[in-house]
Amino acid sequence: MSRIQKAFERLNGEGRKALIPFITAGDPSADLTVPLMHALVEAGADVIELGVPFSDPMADGPTIQRASERALARGMTLRKVLQLVTTFRTVDDKTPVVLMGYANPIEAMGLQRFAEKAAQSGVDGVLVVDYPPEEAESFGTAMKAQGMDPIFLIAPTSSAERIAQVAQIASGYVYYVSLAGVTGSGALNVNAVAERLPAIRQKTGLPVGVGFGIRDAATAKRIAVFADAVVVGSRIIEEIEKSTAETACANVKALVADIRRGVDEVKK
Amino acid sequence: MSTTPYTFPDAKGHFGPYGGVFVAETLFGALDELKAAYAAAQADPAFHAEYEYELKHFVGRPSPIYHAKRWSDLLGGAQIYLKREDLNHTGAHKVNNCIGQAMLAKRMGKPRVIAETGAGQHGVATATVAARYGMECVVYMGSEDVKRQAANVYRMKLLGAKVVPVESGSKTLKDALNEAMRDWVTNIHNTFYIIGTVAGPHPYPMLVRDFQKIIGEECLTQMPEMAGRQPDAVIAAVGGGSNAMGIFYPYINVEGVRLIGVEAAGSGIETGKHAASLTAGVPGVLHGNRTYLLQDKDGQIIETHSVSAGLDYPGVGPEHAWLKDIGRAEYQPITDAEALEAFHNLCRLEGIIPALESSHALAYAAKLAPTLGKDKILLVNLSGRGDKDMHTVAEKSGIQF
Ligand SMILES: Cc1ncc(COP(=O)(O)O)c(C=O)c1O
Repeated sequence: MSRIQKAFERLNGEGRKALIPFITAGDPSADLTVPLMHALVEAGADVIELGVPFSDPMADGPTIQRASERALARGMTLRKVLQLVTTFRTVDDKTPVVLMGYANPIEAMGLQRFAEKAAQSGVDGVLVVDYPPEEAESFGTAMKAQGMDPIFLIAPTSSAERIAQVAQIASGYVYYVSLAGVTGSGALNVNAVAERLPAIRQKTGLPVGVGFGIRDAATAKRIAVFADAVVVGSRIIEEIEKSTAETACANVKALVADIRRGVDEVKK
Repeated sequence: MSTTPYTFPDAKGHFGPYGGVFVAETLFGALDELKAAYAAAQADPAFHAEYEYELKHFVGRPSPIYHAKRWSDLLGGAQIYLKREDLNHTGAHKVNNCIGQAMLAKRMGKPRVIAETGAGQHGVATATVAARYGMECVVYMGSEDVKRQAANVYRMKLLGAKVVPVESGSKTLKDALNEAMRDWVTNIHNTFYIIGTVAGPHPYPMLVRDFQKIIGEECLTQMPEMAGRQPDAVIAAVGGGSNAMGIFYPYINVEGVRLIGVEAAGSGIETGKHAASLTAGVPGVLHGNRTYLLQDKDGQIIETHSVSAGLDYPGVGPEHAWLKDIGRAEYQPITDAEALEAFHNLCRLEGIIPALESSHALAYAAKLAPTLGKDKILLVNLSGRGDKDMHTVAEKSGIQF
């Protein structure tokens, strides 16, 4: 059983919902990434989404763009991201790590080589933002051959056919993007998200994570009522931006712990 | 060359391994809507009639073909003919595509159009057409390009468009495209994204090519009238590749016609300061499609360099990648210095001030012509006029206004 599957089964047994924080690898520096990952776990993260920086993050808003630029300016690469995961795994063998990024750095490394190296490093799932199901056949196969989960997005604009297509190829969990926009946008309509979930559950038995625009414990709680996992990204990056190298881990831990409390107010 | 007719892209937007739809799920709804609207428009004679009417009365088509006789004589080889897209309203080929896409936007009931621009030509053409159709218009432009193309920024503003300088990444065309995509995904309900070249996710590369193929179609009938036959080679500058696809496409199935795309070699390919993705790039994924890209070994897109802002792009339309791989078209690099020399020659010998983008195609023609006999014919796509480049050329020549 994969780490991701195990994590969701454990939560299910405990009657709790998952919290999935996102940070960009190498932001603000490579040295801080692994300590930040441990801080996220201490604050109650069930899965960590680790952003792989890319020069042209077309689906990201200004906050994650800045994180990418900071990381790239300090020389972060996909190769180094995998090394960071290896380091993280020497201490934490339990928390699933999902890489989230764009296709080009992976294709530059070579899909097969990437799949092998990622699995060796202890990566559990990969979400390639610009690999929709129709372009992701070889990606899905390569991931599954290495025991990793290919994670896919579902959007408010996804048709029933497209949701079914995602369900065919996805494993681990599916990620419902709660608004039509880029990461970090403001307007999240919780009721509209709630209304869309049954259509997704009809097509897939995978856990459904919801993200984009979740910024605080109260919203996280409202989402956790109907979602299996709550994904929080830009708000955490902002916290890192506001912090110094010395305070980043503590500040992020406090923020994520607070959101965790919100999520845990929901019992299955 | 094979005798099977050329029918790319396939239903999923692939040109062999290139093209496709490499975008986040959030964009699929919009792309499906666009595909459906385009298919409906293609099947509607009223759409074609309106497009033709607009091209004739608003753009001034057909654009003429001109025999650059003095220049050809001086070069002492093949005869050079110019397809005069510089004579279009707004001064470049870009407007052909803008009209088509704005008509689609109108049919889809989208009151707001957005565009990315590098040199500013596509921005100006979009702003022009938006004014003509009474649409709100927002143009994204890298802040570096805003500085080098001040006249075009003012032009867009005169036409009622809002110009948004993009400060992210390398602050050039590729970043403007990223930002336009972000706007589109956020405002899908009321916004149509008018992409300016044969790039982006399917159906854009096909759709932009289709709205530009009028260039080559006109040449097919004009060349026999002008020169007694079809040319031996068709030459066009390649940034994203829209003017080149526009003139190449109708010639793909015409045997014996070489198709030559000319890329910006900047300071020289060997210096690394260039924008020649087909000459020096490797395949990858950017801006919604798979194509040749200028990237580092870790798959990050690298900054490009060219005297011509319109060619300063690290990718290239996927159909060019395919035409290169199957050997139907060839791609040649031309440096800043070579392009500038051709620019000055056309000014002095023919009384035509070409765009710096087009000057790359002219420079390659000037290289090729002397190697061929006087009975050979080269057809160059003069994609735009050079008024917008006055400042750049003056600066390069050490002249201040
Ligand atoms: C006059 C002219 N020619 C060529 C280009 C390059 O674009 P494309 O390769 O799409 O024709 C531009 C772009 O701005 C242009 O303004």
